[in-house]
Amino acid sequence: MTKEELKTYLEQTFPQNKVEETFDFPLLYADKSELFIIAKKLKESPETLFDFLFCETAVDRTPNLEMVYHLNSTTHRHDMVLKVVLEDRENPEIHSVNELWKAAELYENEIYDMFGIRFTGHPNLRRIMLGDEWPGFPLRKDYKDDINIVTL
Amino acid sequence: MENLNTELPKEMTEEFVVNIGPQHPSTHGVLRLQATLDGETIKDLLPHLGYIHRGIEKMCESLGYKQFIYLTSRMDYLSAHINNQACSLAIEKGLQVEVPARAKAIRILMAELQRLTSHELWWGSCAMDLGAVTPFFLAFRDRERILEIFEENTGNRLTMNYITPGGVMTDINSDFVTRLKTLLVKIKEHLKEYETLITGNIIFQRRLKGVGVLPKELAISLGCTGPTARASGLSCDVRKYYPYDGYEKLDFKEIVADGCDSWSRYVVRMEEMRQSIHIIEQIIDNIPEGEYRAKLKGIVKLPVGEYYQRVETARGELGVYIVSDGGNKPYRLKLRAPNFSNLGALKPITVGSKIGDLMASMATIDLVIPDIDR
Repeated sequence: MTKEELKTYLEQTFPQNKVEETFDFPLLYADKSELFIIAKKLKESPETLFDFLFCETAVDRTPNLEMVYHLNSTTHRHDMVLKVVLEDRENPEIHSVNELWKAAELYENEIYDMFGIRFTGHPNLRRIMLGDEWPGFPLRKDYKDDINIVTL
Repeated sequence: MENLNTELPKEMTEEFVVNIGPQHPSTHGVLRLQATLDGETIKDLLPHLGYIHRGIEKMCESLGYKQFIYLTSRMDYLSAHINNQACSLAIEKGLQVEVPARAKAIRILMAELQRLTSHELWWGSCAMDLGAVTPFFLAFRDRERILEIFEENTGNRLTMNYITPGGVMTDINSDFVTRLKTLLVKIKEHLKEYETLITGNIIFQRRLKGVGVLPKELAISLGCTGPTARASGLSCDVRKYYPYDGYEKLDFKEIVADGCDSWSRYVVRMEEMRQSIHIIEQIIDNIPEGEYRAKLKGIVKLPVGEYYQRVETARGELGVYIVSDGGNKPYRLKLRAPNFSNLGALKPITVGSKIGDLMASMATIDLVIPDIDR
């Protein structure tokens, strides 16, 4: 499907959810509680078949945190973005998508390391790069480190 | 004598943990693999990262759009040109700038030369990991010549920072075309030499065939890209599916193999070198005249929004995800590194095999650690 077709399809299939578009891809907002159900549907329904999670990341939109999933279909060759807004900044938690896409295991470890978002159902959640002793989560906008970060 | 116990003690096996790395030569960088072994069989494999984590994504947030590109040369340093190209394309997308035809041609030439250098180094180190030392020197012979061309034209051998938003930094030298042509003739001859030296070697083949099998479904699920995924039968060449900088006008084949094993990954990369040469040969005589860079403002500001640009590096799909808040710096910059996803394939393809095969699998997945850690 082209970008416009996919956008219309998403609007029709998920009437409760907000559908927008980024510069490149159609964008679907999902609620935290229904993320896994929507992701599973997107992966398995024959019209979309999003079987390739090519980028999973988070963005710190102070005060909220935002999970961003970039999905691609190796059959239909179309892409989309799925977003989840996490309002709880102190203790952000979301369901892992590792069961659907195995790539998520490493991606989610990195997000946990950099943003402090916990993933329920993740097989081995660990701070993959900085280690457990590192204070704070560096990619958050309110992260302060006077020693290591040299501002220009 | 009757007290003597003639029964031999039962064979005891116990799992033990071996840390491979962070300074092991076959890891090609600082990666630590915590391997749980039973005898020589790998039972579990856990990668530990972060030894060369520099926080490139965080640093990019405090640098302007034209400034942060130099950092991306230091991710996958064997695909430095292509990393620069990815960032430049993402910024151009936001600015809606049309790149001059000459710059596009130079970009493709540089990117394909870069792919060639990267695959040559991989060929040498792959053979060295499996016990053959000579190929490493042979591969560096050609690689050095290409790096010399890079040095003459861009000023640097490894971290070029040459491709920039709007085009390229400087024009190519007047002798670029003639030097490259003579070099290509040599490289093509040498490729045949590589084939006779290593590819046909029965010991080498047996070290790779049937080793490190990555089925197609698993490759898709793990988000593998590049030659690693294409050797598993997954057609995923970004240059074909989402062409950029004029790849759509060129004639080249996407190399896909169905063997799923280390040998297929070897064959795919060897063939990709030929395709890169084929691409260079198509452009080398028709580099358009004109400007080598479009004029941009001193301080670049991207409109509010999100931009995603993917390119095919030597190791797979590199994605640059820019979130802009309208300012002169990116609000968030995510670099989707191909090696980070390909690393995920290492555990499933090696668990159950012998530790000697781990080196073969690692060599053919071709990990570059600074790209994983960023």
